[in-house]
Amino acid sequence: MSAPFEFVVVGASLAGLNAARAALQHPSAPRVTVIGAEEHLPYDRPPLSKAVLKSDEHERPALFGSAELAEHEGCTVILGATATGVDTAGHVVRLGEREVRYDVLVIATGATPRTLPLETPPGVHTLRTWDDAVAIRSQMRAGGRMVVIGAGFIGSEVAASAKERGMDVVIVEALEVPLARAVGETAGAALGSIHGRHGVDLRLGSGVIGFEGEDRVTGVTLSDGSTVPADLVVVGIGALPQTSWLDGGGIEIDNGIVCDSHLRTSAPDVFAAGDVARWDNPLFARHMRIEHWTSAQEQGSHAAQNALDPGAATAYSHVPYFWSDWYDSRIQFVGVPSGTPEIVDGSWDAEAFTAIYREGDRVVGALTLNRRADIMKYRVLIAASKTVEDARALARDRAEARALKAARA
Amino acid sequence: MKIHLDRAKCTALGVCESMAPEWFEVNEDGDLDVLVDEVDEGQRERLEEIVRACPTAALSLGD
Repeated sequence: MSAPFEFVVVGASLAGLNAARAALQHPSAPRVTVIGAEEHLPYDRPPLSKAVLKSDEHERPALFGSAELAEHEGCTVILGATATGVDTAGHVVRLGEREVRYDVLVIATGATPRTLPLETPPGVHTLRTWDDAVAIRSQMRAGGRMVVIGAGFIGSEVAASAKERGMDVVIVEALEVPLARAVGETAGAALGSIHGRHGVDLRLGSGVIGFEGEDRVTGVTLSDGSTVPADLVVVGIGALPQTSWLDGGGIEIDNGIVCDSHLRTSAPDVFAAGDVARWDNPLFARHMRIEHWTSAQEQGSHAAQNALDPGAATAYSHVPYFWSDWYDSRIQFVGVPSGTPEIVDGSWDAEAFTAIYREGDRVVGALTLNRRADIMKYRVLIAASKTVEDARALARDRAEARALKAARA
Repeated sequence: MKIHLDRAKCTALGVCESMAPEWFEVNEDGDLDVLVDEVDEGQRERLEEIVRACPTAALSLGD
């Protein structure tokens, strides 16, 4: 009897889970091993900065198919185990002294929060994992003053959650405009103004140079020398792909694991998926590394399918999508944030708007604030490489539909 | 085959609509509508993919 085909996944979150599930459903019935650094089975991360922080009773958010993974007889789940290297020639993943042989490997190790190059007293947190969220939440119970460092999406969600719990919240952001990389400067400024409307103080152009307090944080010192009092600090300044364990291992790394359009890495039989992967997205003819729920979910199964059916492998063509919920507002973005966006519905200072992004005549992105009914219609246009004129026509249709509904009410 | 929507879980993120606008649509109130009562059995694989893609696990399939 020949040895079973070994399908190994490093990373036990959304992308890793979906890679494993796709492999377990594959007719070739490979033996599946999932290796996760955390002690928990895969769980859902988006609620960590929102529902979990807002409710002390909220349990670890379930992820579809996670429990079944552990029970599946064809699957071995190794938790609390940090992968330390890959021998791509020998087809072996190393976990310290332990070695796991693979025929196909999917790397889905995600990203890890960036930290400040400063001494940090207790009470200064980052947020990525369930354990991080529980630690922050337990300290939110006492109320008081929260300082959030970084006005990105995670920081903004944490700030909104803390405000909802009655804390006094200040967000400090090093740049003059928040979210510029994610949505561009015009839109970033518009979204940033939401905080002020909800009584959260957003201080722009404020770098952090240190913390006050020894046993416990008492304040955050800013680049202008002033100090913002704090009982609890959350640092949300982005995330870095979790690739340091691959250094020197022969897999090409450049802001993530470099993949072709099929999610193949530079090493034979090694694929990558999720936040750690920077793949060539044929829809936009460029490499992208994105940290969104939808791409992680899809890439996991896509990579697995390509790995197990190399003859029928397909490119992963994708319109990026993310959402973020702040206070009572929903922000949604599809596509890529090229250039300066154009408002096509509403206005930048309104409670609801739609803006589009273009490259030449082609519409490549759309941002909505509180327009849940509209955003996916733009995603469909962008996937079909439609024009700016098509997007403007859609915006007129949507405004008309809303007016009709208002007239009926 | 029927599509079940758990309204308590759905927050109208709309992934299903972008994958199958003929079956799903977020309405003007910001709630998801399932536009069909019954889907042909031949579409099971596509529907299962949509069910998996729901960020709030609000969709399921029934007979």
